[in-house]
Amino acid sequence: MKFLRKASGLLIAGLILSACGQQQAENQTPAAANGDTVGLAISTQNNPFFVTLKDGAQAEADKLGLKLVVVDANDDSGKQAAGVDDLLQQNIKVLLINPTDSEAVAASVKRANEAGVPVISIDRSVQGAEVVSHVASDNVAGGKMAAEFIVSKLPSGGEMVELEGIPGSSAARERGEGFHQVMDAQQNIKIVAKQPADFDRTKGLTVMENILQSHPNVKAVFAHNDEMALGAVKALEAAQKNDVIVVGFDATDDAQAAVKAGKMAATIAQKPAEIGQIGVDTAQKVIAGETVESSIPVELELIQQ
Amino acid sequence: MKPLAIGATMKKMGPLLGLIVLSAVLSVATPNFLTSSNLFSVLRQVTYSGLLAFGMTFVILIGGIDLSVGAILALVGIITASLIQSGMDPILASFAGVLLGALCGAANGLLVSIGRIAPFIATLATMILFRGMAQEYSQSRPITINVDGFFNEIGSGYLFGTVPTPVVLMLVVYAVLWFVLRKTRFGRYVYALGGSEEVARISGLKVKSLKLWVYTLSGLLSGMAALVVTSRLSSASPNAGVMYELDAIAAVVLGGTSLSGGRGWLFGTLVGVVLLGVLGNGLNLLNVSANYQLIIKGAVILFAVLLDRKNT
Repeated sequence: MKFLRKASGLLIAGLILSACGQQQAENQTPAAANGDTVGLAISTQNNPFFVTLKDGAQAEADKLGLKLVVVDANDDSGKQAAGVDDLLQQNIKVLLINPTDSEAVAASVKRANEAGVPVISIDRSVQGAEVVSHVASDNVAGGKMAAEFIVSKLPSGGEMVELEGIPGSSAARERGEGFHQVMDAQQNIKIVAKQPADFDRTKGLTVMENILQSHPNVKAVFAHNDEMALGAVKALEAAQKNDVIVVGFDATDDAQAAVKAGKMAATIAQKPAEIGQIGVDTAQKVIAGETVESSIPVELELIQQ
Repeated sequence: MKPLAIGATMKKMGPLLGLIVLSAVLSVATPNFLTSSNLFSVLRQVTYSGLLAFGMTFVILIGGIDLSVGAILALVGIITASLIQSGMDPILASFAGVLLGALCGAANGLLVSIGRIAPFIATLATMILFRGMAQEYSQSRPITINVDGFFNEIGSGYLFGTVPTPVVLMLVVYAVLWFVLRKTRFGRYVYALGGSEEVARISGLKVKSLKLWVYTLSGLLSGMAALVVTSRLSSASPNAGVMYELDAIAAVVLGGTSLSGGRGWLFGTLVGVVLLGVLGNGLNLLNVSANYQLIIKGAVILFAVLLDRKNT
């Protein structure tokens, strides 16, 4: 009797499982008529950015009649390797990968290539293995966009501050590069301080406080991310400087609220849905045998009040 | 006596039955499950959690718990990778790594036995401590190494061209540990200690040294798991192995070993590990979303434990 009870329980569990599978399959069958399968290995879905990215990819796959199979690594490199292995069991034509770690992912990318599956990296790059294309935000263009915005708001010029992200990180390098391309050509705007605050809000606050000690006449601040920008806003509030133009990057919820409230002038938004969409488009081109660019930049968007 | 024996056998076979049913369902539900390449792939995926769970079985059998295994895995991975990067022979570096794992385990053992700290607290503290050491040593950056030859074999090689080396490693370790637990005096003492520490002490068992050895074994196996992960990824990360201790505990419990100690078996743990691996693989093959995967995994573990409760 115990045997029966146990067996029936397990059968029920099994049925639920297979029902899940069926339901998933039904969801996809209409769109994926004769469509090829594309794998998407995503770093985590505990972050709205990547959820939006995945939704964008899924919507595009449905439109193109591709079947998209998604595995989530929960930010764990070991789990991502296992997820890629699982994808490779399913005759995928292209692997879209959003690495948890640019270097640890290389072994998985190599295995995909050995299995004859081309790989496209998304949002984060792969180091130490071959990908056919890399799709990510155009951080250089975003830096330029921020600089142009500040120039437009400071017609009479003045002193300004740049808060850098973690030195050497690709985001800090590229955002700074675009920013300087525009700002260095300005005659009347002078960058009086350029300090790293490591993408951290508390450090943004401290660094800005220190800068204000020596440069009280600052008219504008560009921070490589919103966290540092929000820290700078706190420092400026404490110093009762409410007319300083602060521009951040990433368009986090906090930053968008600050822009709405007039505490920040603007923030640059990445478009995760488009990153996912362009990733799937590129996969489709690879399947069709077209050549694709090795690096595909995705436009950003300025968010202001 | 007879019905009782049959009941006990049934209880032991529960997890295995679950695995068989689950595999049968998956074979029907997805065409890619029942291929030899997928089955070997699943087995290879579970090797690290398998090694951790074997050690955890011993620890849980003596009525303890080891929360630090994931952190030991990260620390050993980072140190081994940096030794290899600095030019040390990979074989030597691997031995050093496993030894370091054993030392971390021994530290846990000393805290629990001589220090008389509750295992949950002692290993919670060392979990944070070892993780901190891994992050400080690596400056929170992953260490990537060029793995070829011996070190590549540990995680990515194949024996006879088909069987993944880590699977062979896991099965060999399983066989050795099964022998130790079933056929040696040490194994009997482990059960005795878990049954009742007081009785074990009065019967003249060296309780403290026994605990020390069990935690050392758990640390040593974490070190071996670290080698497999590092080899597989060609890279060690200070963030590796987060929550792996919970996967290991889940596998042990799923396999029918009692969390209160004294009752359990290693085969159940092996089945539990493979069951969790097959479940994860199957849900991936069925393209079930990550959130539903967590819900289903949690439900399966609860279901297994509830069944276990009912039958005792």
